[in-house]
Amino acid sequence: MWLYAGRRIVLTIPILLGVTIICFALVQIAPGDPIQNLLSPTATAQDAARLRAAYGLDQPLMVQYFIWLGKVCVGNLGMSISDNVPVAGEVLHAFVNTIVIALISVVLAFVVSMIFGVIAAYRTGSLADRLITAVAVFGISVPPFWLGVILVIFFAVDLSWLPATGMGASGSETFSYFRWADFKFAIMPIIALALPPLGIMTRTTRSSIAEILNQDFIQTLRAKGLSEAQVIVHAVVNIMPQAVAMLGLQLGYLIGGSVLVETVFTWPGTGYLLNKAVLTRDIPLLQGTILVLATAFVLINLVVDLAQSLIDPRLKRS
Amino acid sequence: MLSRGIRGAVKIAAIAVLAWGAIGGRASAESVLRVAMTAADIPDYTGAPDQGYEGYRFAGYTLYDALGLWDLSSSTKAADVVPGLATSWAIDPNNNKRWIYKLRQGVTYHDGCAWNADSAIWNFARVMDPKAPQFNARHVGQMGTYVVNIASVDKIDDYTIAINTKAPSSLFPYEMAMYYMISNCGVQKAGNDYNVYMKTPAGTGPYKFDKVVPHERLELVKNDKYWNPQRIPKHDRLVLLPMPEASTRAAALLSGQVDFVEAPSPDTIPRLKDAGMKIITVPYPHNWDYMLRMDVPPFNDIRVRQAANYAMNRQDMVDMLQGVAVAATQTLIDSQPWYGKPVSYDYNPDKAKALLKEAGCTPCVIKVGISTSGSGQMQPLPMNELVKEQLEAVGFNVQLAPMDWNALIGVFLTGAKKYDFNAINFSMAPIDPVQGILKKWMTAYAPPACCNWGFFADPKVDQLGNEALGEFDATKRNALLTKMNEQAVADAAELYIVHDLNPRALSPKLSGFVQAQSWFQDLTPIVVSP
Repeated sequence: MWLYAGRRIVLTIPILLGVTIICFALVQIAPGDPIQNLLSPTATAQDAARLRAAYGLDQPLMVQYFIWLGKVCVGNLGMSISDNVPVAGEVLHAFVNTIVIALISVVLAFVVSMIFGVIAAYRTGSLADRLITAVAVFGISVPPFWLGVILVIFFAVDLSWLPATGMGASGSETFSYFRWADFKFAIMPIIALALPPLGIMTRTTRSSIAEILNQDFIQTLRAKGLSEAQVIVHAVVNIMPQAVAMLGLQLGYLIGGSVLVETVFTWPGTGYLLNKAVLTRDIPLLQGTILVLATAFVLINLVVDLAQSLIDPRLKRS
Repeated sequence: MLSRGIRGAVKIAAIAVLAWGAIGGRASAESVLRVAMTAADIPDYTGAPDQGYEGYRFAGYTLYDALGLWDLSSSTKAADVVPGLATSWAIDPNNNKRWIYKLRQGVTYHDGCAWNADSAIWNFARVMDPKAPQFNARHVGQMGTYVVNIASVDKIDDYTIAINTKAPSSLFPYEMAMYYMISNCGVQKAGNDYNVYMKTPAGTGPYKFDKVVPHERLELVKNDKYWNPQRIPKHDRLVLLPMPEASTRAAALLSGQVDFVEAPSPDTIPRLKDAGMKIITVPYPHNWDYMLRMDVPPFNDIRVRQAANYAMNRQDMVDMLQGVAVAATQTLIDSQPWYGKPVSYDYNPDKAKALLKEAGCTPCVIKVGISTSGSGQMQPLPMNELVKEQLEAVGFNVQLAPMDWNALIGVFLTGAKKYDFNAINFSMAPIDPVQGILKKWMTAYAPPACCNWGFFADPKVDQLGNEALGEFDATKRNALLTKMNEQAVADAAELYIVHDLNPRALSPKLSGFVQAQSWFQDLTPIVVSP
């Protein structure tokens, strides 16, 4: 087990290195310049050149890359060009804001999808099955940012039940998930984030459970006199490795793909930070955020793989 | 039975809410003005705002003062410069390159530091002297352009300084209205480390810094010792929130999360009005135009430039924008003193077609760089599609090249010659004759020197500009600048399209706001009712 985990961790290093190279190259290919956001509307090209030199952006690209990589190796993600503060602190703060709502969203989606999937599979073809399928297809099809806007119009503007935007009445630094006045700011972003994985996981659970319920061992369980509830528990346990894999994958997608939802709700997470970094061409912030997100994605997959091998030892042997 | 139960529960909930509101009202007597900005982030608040002029509006003139300040008290005349941290200024009668500034006495920064000649000189060195301990390269990027004409600054006495310019510069006071003074004591106390200073920045403005949550909110409080009692804020706290999404800003206003919204999109305005919000629009110097490249065909031919202008059905554009813009037939707005009586290129497609035929440019192929969004760019995609349609109706063949705002700024800063664009859609802020006339049309300001992007060149315009810079009599200078502006319009130096009306949406509980004809606004008169 430890050998397996160690091998997987070592394998993440070239993956992350590849991520840094691709990310750096993509940022350089895109037109634009981080310095332009620091200049007045009537600044001259000389002003721009002077500032570019001050930030080391006049160096050759290879030099810039290796200087950055060298700092990353000792835990320094550099300084944000637009804010002039350490990138590591910025990304860490935003990452915590994102990971918490992503985790709540994915756990919520997981629990609801298991319930929905089991009901739909057990009552295949029934009205409940069709309703659940409709919800799942809606979740898969609807763009989360559009859903976010609709939620805002309905719950914030028309009903005035929930706040439309932001993270707490005084900002994220004093935000608490255990205080209703703050938590209500998180409800709509969580729903907007949870619906797509809910749809995907419901469809997967439904088909997997339906397949399991048609297998011979289920008939054996019933013949042994087990109640239908116990039979379903057996079926659910059988799809667990697959469900856990799906959960990890969806969590990864939510962490990396929350840009639009966080922008709609002005939620100060990594997606919001990434959007800002792209718009301002803040290269260190962009690279630092992508690196942290990629690392999180790789680590989540690692944890999922390890969890799967614990649940189903056949995977470890293979 | 059930409905009676529900009604009872609703009543109890309503009483609880009212009681909570009453308790909350008593507990918090502070009046708070919450503003949703269009900026994607909080502008720099250390005395050199970024994020365009929105940064100056909310994190500049709120916290800081300059030697001169913009008079933002009227919505019926264009804002002009009035005394600020200087009570008066005049050119030295014996030397037309030496301005004498009398500084305001009895003013202190928010941290108690005294404002005087030493502080002023320290502030100029912060951007002009790379060897000074307070030198700040980031501040140079934002503020360097306003001190570019200064050769040196001398102290005459504790409250008088002399500013020596490199050449006669009669419009210099406009530049000094953009250069903020920050607390020298504050920076020195921070060991000249601006990352430490930014934790407690101090200016002399009508608001004091209170706290910041990075990327989320900047909170300022009333400076009740402000030197101008007329401008002591009529609310206790100003909360500035970056909200780049127009729909999010509208929703935040409708749901009561903010009180003051910048630039609501035209399609949300009817809904905001229905909800009782005040929509305010006022003309201000913000032209949405095409800058034209004039050193190569086809726009090196005045007939092609005139044809493009005659092709514009500007009323169609105004209608599409639901009235949040007005037709523009030149760069300036008519309340500015240099507007003059230039030719007006009113919609005339037949004349446009004839001019293109005469110029032999059929079809007249042009490539235009546009942005997908950006500060001051209004609704660039549908607006550019309409311009393209109107130009093509008279014989142009328009290729729109979209890019993001940051990339278009790069195209603007480096000048037309490094790209293959015949025009760019780049809105500007002609707030004064320096930015609105001189830097746009004089060959001395062609890139990389500044903002004459398309290399416009007319010897008559250059001559008038040089005469204006050396003319210290305001009436005579304004006459020269007016002639210069009229000549640039006669040359069809731009494709004039519309002026933005700068819509803002205000909660009905706000009163007292006067929207100035300016990029900058004075928030201090706003009263927030409970």
